[in-house]
Amino acid sequence: MTNQQPSLDLMFQALADPSRRSIVERLCAGPASVSELAQPLAMSLPSVMQHLQLLEGSGLIRSEKVGRVRTCRLEPEALSAAETWINERRVLMERKLDRLGEYLRATAGDEDN
Amino acid sequence: MTERSVVHATFVINRVYDASPARVFKAFSNSEARDRWFVKSEGWPVAEYTYDFRVGGQEHGRFSPDGKMIVLNETTYWDIVPDQRIISAYAMDIDGNRISVSVATIELKPEGKGTRLTYTEQGAFLDGYDIPAQREAGCRDLYEKLAVELERQGEDA
Repeated sequence: MTNQQPSLDLMFQALADPSRRSIVERLCAGPASVSELAQPLAMSLPSVMQHLQLLEGSGLIRSEKVGRVRTCRLEPEALSAAETWINERRVLMERKLDRLGEYLRATAGDEDN
Repeated sequence: MTERSVVHATFVINRVYDASPARVFKAFSNSEARDRWFVKSEGWPVAEYTYDFRVGGQEHGRFSPDGKMIVLNETTYWDIVPDQRIISAYAMDIDGNRISVSVATIELKPEGKGTRLTYTEQGAFLDGYDIPAQREAGCRDLYEKLAVELERQGEDA
């Protein structure tokens, strides 16, 4: 786990909206320009910009402007592929240790100690 | 070309079990018990599995969670103190790509009538994880989990 802890409250808040979730889902596939992100959404460009500002404020995405095009990408520190993997590993191990608990409960009467 | 990278990470999991350290330890040392809660608990088809629980002994497993992807796990046990401590080093491959090499420490301490188990994994997580399709799947998966969590919070509110 990276030691940095992005604000969970802001991240949850940012993701509590279906439009913003769809933006993040789109960015899972790779960086995109603001107009590319706006295209599938039925809303005005200023509204899209507001959503992007909120996402960026939460640390989930970052954007940079080159010439006239603003490109957005997922913030790798906040949500790196590695972190996802490491979390999966942790979840796998947590499940196994829960199963160990179930096993110990199920065999509680079987043994003399 | 695979882009090479390493991320170093540590995570810690704690559990308190209503069982003596000796019983918890036995769930690791006894291969039948180990089989029940660890090896077969995911329901993954097991292609190969061997377990030799002693210092210097190895555990070797090949699994296929979805019938296509092959997960390989190779573990060596480096320190075993009965009822107290197990330290192993293990490597994991997916489809022939090494994705991590870790040191895993299990500590058992009496707590009340039970046992506190502390699992600490210190790992080097390798470029193998960065397969784009998996990265995307992992990313989606994470958001689905977040969505579920949000819904639950919404219900609690």
